[in-house]
Amino acid sequence: MITYVSYAILAVAVLAVLFGLILGYASIKFKVQSDPLVDQIDNLLPQTQCGQCGYPGCKPYAEAIANGDEINKCPPGGEATIKELADLMGVEAKPLDAAHGVEDVKKVAFIREDECIGCTKCIQACPVDAILGAAKQMHTVIIDECTGCDLCVDPCPVDCIDMIPLAETSQNWKWKFNQSGTGDIPIRTVQ
Amino acid sequence: MSVFADFDTIMERLASQRLWDFPGGVRPEGQKALSNKHAIETMPIPQKLFIPLKQHIGVDADLVVKVGDYVKRGQALTESHNPFALPVHASSSGTIIEIAPKASSHPSGIEELTVVIETDGKDDTVQYHPISDYLNQPHSALIEAICKAGISGMGGAGFPTHVKSSNVKPIEFLIINGVECEPYISADDRLMREHAWQIRQGIDILAHLLSPKQVLIAVEDNKPEALKTISIACQQQTNYQVISIPTKYPAGGEKQLIQVLTSREVPSDGLPIDVGCLMYNVGTCYAISDAIIEGKPLTERVVTVTGKALSQPKNIWARIGTPVADCISAAGYDRDRQVNPNIIMGGPMMGFTLRSGQCPIIKTTNCLLAPAAKELPTIEQEKPCIRCSACADACPVSLLPQQLFWYSKSKDYDVAEEYNLFDCIECGACAYVCPSEIPLVHYYRMAKADIRQQQLDKEKSEKARIRFESRKARLLAEKKAREEKHRQAAAARKNAMKSDGSNAKDKIAAALARAKAKKAQQATIDKSANDKSGNDQLASNQSVTNNPEQTPANTKENTPDKNEKIAAAIARAKAKKAQQKMSSDIPLEKSAESNEQVTDNNNNQSGNALSKKEKIAAAVARAKAKKAAQQKNNDS
Repeated sequence: MITYVSYAILAVAVLAVLFGLILGYASIKFKVQSDPLVDQIDNLLPQTQCGQCGYPGCKPYAEAIANGDEINKCPPGGEATIKELADLMGVEAKPLDAAHGVEDVKKVAFIREDECIGCTKCIQACPVDAILGAAKQMHTVIIDECTGCDLCVDPCPVDCIDMIPLAETSQNWKWKFNQSGTGDIPIRTVQ
Repeated sequence: MSVFADFDTIMERLASQRLWDFPGGVRPEGQKALSNKHAIETMPIPQKLFIPLKQHIGVDADLVVKVGDYVKRGQALTESHNPFALPVHASSSGTIIEIAPKASSHPSGIEELTVVIETDGKDDTVQYHPISDYLNQPHSALIEAICKAGISGMGGAGFPTHVKSSNVKPIEFLIINGVECEPYISADDRLMREHAWQIRQGIDILAHLLSPKQVLIAVEDNKPEALKTISIACQQQTNYQVISIPTKYPAGGEKQLIQVLTSREVPSDGLPIDVGCLMYNVGTCYAISDAIIEGKPLTERVVTVTGKALSQPKNIWARIGTPVADCISAAGYDRDRQVNPNIIMGGPMMGFTLRSGQCPIIKTTNCLLAPAAKELPTIEQEKPCIRCSACADACPVSLLPQQLFWYSKSKDYDVAEEYNLFDCIECGACAYVCPSEIPLVHYYRMAKADIRQQQLDKEKSEKARIRFESRKARLLAEKKAREEKHRQAAAARKNAMKSDGSNAKDKIAAALARAKAKKAQQATIDKSANDKSGNDQLASNQSVTNNPEQTPANTKENTPDKNEKIAAAIARAKAKKAQQKMSSDIPLEKSAESNEQVTDNNNNQSGNALSKKEKIAAAVARAKAKKAAQQKNNDS
């Protein structure tokens, strides 16, 4: 009787050790470097790096969300981002927290170049290195790289940076409803 | 390709006129008799031509003319080395009076850069360079000639023809599309009736370029005259076959026509070439023949001007850039008699309403439709979907229009994409049959535009993330370099303090240590400078710092540099002092000016001192104002 019990205990113990070894090996071999959830959240954020959420960039905010922060602090992403974040996190979507700003049209920074004194302060402020220039040389914004984060506007000592809405071109134009007679399509009308 | 019917089976079926069919489709009233009775008329040259720089899918080319230039017909206005760019040409002789954004022939009506030519009526042409012996020319020369003639697909989409023709994959079927399935339009019909021979020449050139096994010329069976003339023109060629296609909309769609002729289905994310086919419009063939045999660039095209609001609907040869208003008034349009005046560019199924009569005819314009009020009743309020599934029966791509509609309307774009929204060819058949008058295609177009925008945003945010992260890495590296420098300097000082003895040996050792520390410091400075500058510099400079033998040379080089730097720094400091003085006490501006000039000299900036002074004053004033405003804000 005793021997049967001891056999059983021995077998279970051996199995436990074996699985322990396998799990231990797997945890080293297949170690996940960063939290995949943070990356997933980071992918949904608009990457303007504007800091309006109160964190220094989108990645830190993604980490904060992963640790339980609210998902409605990102004005550049707006409702669409909140909806996606809510889907990902399995929580209820809420309206944008007005304390962090309001959703706005897409803008890019524009430096009035003849007023620029070449102080490089905006260059230091730009989170994505989208401003070109050197000390005492005129600066300019690379429009394609600008995320419209607003961070360069405040540091400018001479207020020569404007945030200008992106112009609508025939490439980014969207079909609109209820403008019959102008741009509407005449489908379904041949009877 | 084994899943598709093979070449021999297809040839057998085509020989016995047993074609395939595509699912769905609709049969609207053709209304072609309105315009196809008369020969194509030549329009008088309009007084002004509005030639937009971009008229096709692809990228813009660069402008090579300026305001005031005299241009002749056929002269290129733009050129580019980008393979996806096409030149545009002056379509008559005259003077360029303006180059500015003008209303575009695009559903949005957004203004695009347009060259305005005031014609002189002479219609002088540039010297054309025909390639009459094209059979002996290399393919690349022909393709270049097609590109230089500015030919893009003339059926509607406007894909650059030379890009399509540079294909290297083997082709079984070269399909020439003369189906023209959309109601009202008869431009291709008239072109085939009157210029079948030249179309045949264009097909010959394409066949020479692409060497297909078989050329199929498809014409809808509601155009018997065109079928006859094109058959006569092509009867000598053994591997050309003219095929009559049953009339059904949208049989002229690229994928639908391939399916009708060969039963092969173009994969959802593929091209016709993936199933061994390539398709050209008859109008494109005509233009290719013009470009090669006569050397003429694309400066005019056939446009159907039709609709019951016109007293003489007809087909016209219109110069590219002719304002739409000129074309419709030539066909007897009286705007004042219209209850609901609107002009549609393209056909009634796929066209769009123009924003202004000043919009020009472009390379892809095949029809202008001016409907009478009763002819095209405006869509009233859309009614709820009754789930009759008529749209699903009509869809030529076997999609589920109802589902697409719901998901597009609720902006559930992921699901809409799962239902293959992007396979929709926007033919309008679903909206045509919808009893609830829902503008279905409109919803799909909006959803597609939104999804494309989202994808662009995603790409942009990915780029921003990469830039943000590389900036963070750079700042960290700079910080580390600075700390390292401080650490080394501190260690050197410590050493010096320790060995601060009285004997000479110690002093020598101390001097050596100092020299070494300096050297190390310089190395780190070089390194951090390298980190800032580009990668190519990095390699060369690192080899300098790593190689001890070269270090002395390096320091030697740096000495004069250093002197200069000190001088510059002194000048800067002086300037700063002066500026400070100036800002605290404005009457002292004069000394600031002289000092400013010193810095000016230092920077090799030969600017106007007075304007600079003014600028500085303005900048200072702005800065002060900002400070004051901030203070005010803080106070309140």
